[in-house]
Amino acid sequence: MGILKLFSKTGPAVRRLPAGSMTVDRQGNVVATTVSSAYPKASLAAVAGEVLKVFSEARAAHMPLSEIHLHFASLRITARAMRGGAIVFLSPNIPLKTSSAN
Amino acid sequence: MESRHRILLLDDNPDVLEMYREILSQLPSKPEIHTATTGARALALLDAEPVRLLVCDLKMPKMDGLQVLSIVRRRYPELRTVVLTAVQDEEFRSRAYALGVDLFWLKPETQLNLQMFMECLESLLGRDAGSGFRGVQSKSLMDIVQMECLSQASTVLRITHGALTGRIWISDGELVHAEAEGAVGEPAFRRILEWKSGTFESLPPEPDHERTIDKPINALLLEMAQAMDEVANPGANGSEDAAHRKTVWKLSALTREGAEWVVSAGETGASEGWGTQNANEAAAWMRQAGECCKRLSERLEAGPLSHVEGCAMERRLILLPCDKKAFLVAWPLDTDSQRTTEQTKQLVASWES
Repeated sequence: MGILKLFSKTGPAVRRLPAGSMTVDRQGNVVATTVSSAYPKASLAAVAGEVLKVFSEARAAHMPLSEIHLHFASLRITARAMRGGAIVFLSPNIPLKTSSAN
Repeated sequence: MESRHRILLLDDNPDVLEMYREILSQLPSKPEIHTATTGARALALLDAEPVRLLVCDLKMPKMDGLQVLSIVRRRYPELRTVVLTAVQDEEFRSRAYALGVDLFWLKPETQLNLQMFMECLESLLGRDAGSGFRGVQSKSLMDIVQMECLSQASTVLRITHGALTGRIWISDGELVHAEAEGAVGEPAFRRILEWKSGTFESLPPEPDHERTIDKPINALLLEMAQAMDEVANPGANGSEDAAHRKTVWKLSALTREGAEWVVSAGETGASEGWGTQNANEAAAWMRQAGECCKRLSERLEAGPLSHVEGCAMERRLILLPCDKKAFLVAWPLDTDSQRTTEQTKQLVASWES
């Protein structure tokens, strides 16, 4: 069955999840980030915008939040509200990832 | 004539498709094999006719496998899905399982591996969906308890329903004790029997366990069956009483768990609040936050939303999306984050059961 190796492809790649942190100003602009520069800037800006929206909608509902954690099946987004925006942490969930510790 | 299951193969390489079409047509159940070289074509085929199993590649141009799977999961929740890929990456495996795929398999390179893959597919084709307790298909929990009692068995049944767990003690065919959601005896037994699906297992008997239920099992089961009939066919006054009882029960459950308030919001705009006067504003935020998360999930391909946690000045909020409703539960800020998430899941599961 080694012949099946012929069909292994080097074609289009599947997009990876963002990992790292970013600082966002009150307009939703990404001021600084440690997320790989290969990751689309537009997607990071979208994360920033949505996170700020969750904070502002909470204020409008009289439930001001200082911190939010969005738990998706394969990604966790943590955001802390700051006076001039927010700091956002993006952590992919990779339960089977082998640790280099020990 | 017996209908054959349909399998849809999705891969952008026509040679691979042809090879797997030939291989899968040799499955013992002789399924019909359909193929598609793009995600769009696969979705069109799924719209056109019922398919039992989708076997999907990951690396494809325009729409990759994870995108296809996330659409398929929403549109066809009953469809079995398998990822067959050459991408050996734990992140993608994890993301595929997070999207709810039944199987993630690296393209087989040995005869033995291919044989195992075929056996898995055959098993997926044969597995029936639907309700019932795993292990005894088409039997309700009432049937299971009745069977244990009729056979004069002694056992402890542990029943799991989502995040909830209950136990029923049976000794020499008699129901002696039950525990669930902090309740014991008859109330616990009634709660457990209201669960519609889940898993159960028989634990070793505990013959010396304290007896808290004296009523004969048949009388209890009859009462339960009548109560379920009333819920299924409520009369005018009956439904008002039932709604009142439900509200009282929910408020007491809230207090018992230690939560401050709960708001539930449906997709259509209906919202309910227990312990708060601010239900409508909270529900509006829940819907907006849910929309934000949905857009993020689609944009980042991060899989479905599990829950949202928010820290306010005085309380910790947990937003939990369920099937057609979402729940927002407020806990005191000094409670442990992980524990409150689990408690929220249990509270919501018990409300929805």
